[in-house]
Amino acid sequence: MAENIKITVVNKGAEQVFEAPDDLGLNLMEFLKATEHQEIEGMCGGMALCATCHVRVLEGTTGDEGAKDDEVAMLETLPEIFGNSRLSCQIKLTDRIKNLKIELV
Amino acid sequence: MITTDIAIIGSGPAGLFAVFEAGLLKLRTHLIDYLPQPGGQLSEVYPKKPIYDIPGYPTVQAQELVDKLLEQNKPFNPGFTLGERIESLEKRGERDFVLTTDKGTQINSKAVIIAGGLGCFEPRKPEVADLNKFEGGRGINYMVLDPEKFRNKKLVLAGGGDSALDWTIHLSQIASEVTLVHRSESFRGAPDSVNKVFELSKQGKVNLLLNSNLAKVDGNGVLKQVVVQNKNADDSRVIATDELILLFGLSPKLGPIERWGLNIEKNSIEVNPEDYSTNVEGVFAIGDINTYKNKLKLILCGFHEAAIASHAIYKYINPGVKYTLKYTTVNGVNAF
Repeated sequence: MAENIKITVVNKGAEQVFEAPDDLGLNLMEFLKATEHQEIEGMCGGMALCATCHVRVLEGTTGDEGAKDDEVAMLETLPEIFGNSRLSCQIKLTDRIKNLKIELV
Repeated sequence: MITTDIAIIGSGPAGLFAVFEAGLLKLRTHLIDYLPQPGGQLSEVYPKKPIYDIPGYPTVQAQELVDKLLEQNKPFNPGFTLGERIESLEKRGERDFVLTTDKGTQINSKAVIIAGGLGCFEPRKPEVADLNKFEGGRGINYMVLDPEKFRNKKLVLAGGGDSALDWTIHLSQIASEVTLVHRSESFRGAPDSVNKVFELSKQGKVNLLLNSNLAKVDGNGVLKQVVVQNKNADDSRVIATDELILLFGLSPKLGPIERWGLNIEKNSIEVNPEDYSTNVEGVFAIGDINTYKNKLKLILCGFHEAAIASHAIYKYINPGVKYTLKYTTVNGVNAF
């Protein structure tokens, strides 16, 4: 049986640890929207087309190969990005996520 | 002043279909949208994406759906005010609303449908001091509404997406000088556009500043110059310019809707799920902007809400008049 994964979320300086299911096919944006972090808009619904779910990966691993081309292209349109910027809709919640700590931008 | 039966704020799929449902009830409609074209997110954010859950369409491209909704609405000839944002919504009395846009356009209606999606798409702004000093026709722009405004002008554009590339190419043909400032050393936009911009740079028609950020804007009442900082070389340069065009995409904000006395919960308008009415009698909210128990933010649910709200508005506008539902298969669509 799949176990929950732990994700630390930093929002406006405050830290909170969440347990997320890794077997529901959710992405991080969808999970964050289901918590009280409503400022994550995820307007386009997860197509990497709006950049309203921009986060920074502070620690740990997302378990994927980093941002793909369409995600990088979308990030490039933002006024400010960081070396660790990701669109949370493109991070799948899987058991490959380890010690993940992210900050909402 | 524009007069209509129903003012519809937002021209995404829910707002567009409300035109049709209201039209079947012989109610006239006027749509207002902050974006320069109808279609909402579908046209602005994902026009080429396929949608799979529109009944009867195994797949339909977002823009194609918008085009078909516009075509379906033609018999009812709705009015459009595009590129303007409703700032105030005033209820002067029963069945008497006045809506005023940021450009001063006024619409008088008997009822209001808010179909605003996630709110107004507002431009993303970089963290540079004093941008607001030069907004509103004083040199700083966040979108290109009329390219002719920039003819024979010195321009600085900033941004790295398709929109920045496309406008750089277009404006390089009519402006006297074009500089494009981009944060990194490569572009991820459409390869054709990227190649064209590099070619224009080689030909000296575009001054391309890569690995660079806008650091400062300066002027005396109107914009005179900008300072651009190179990230690697630690050098900054001053560029004299008439206009600065910042193209960093759009982000939705609920905006003025918050100030209209409506019950708002987590950026959504609370409605009665029996008829999608709000706490202000005569004002209805449909589509992604409303919230109620078991709400699903789906286009098909917005269509349903448009039909129910239109019938509720018919009753509100015509108190005491008995209405029998008529089918389009029996009555057809009677244009007006």
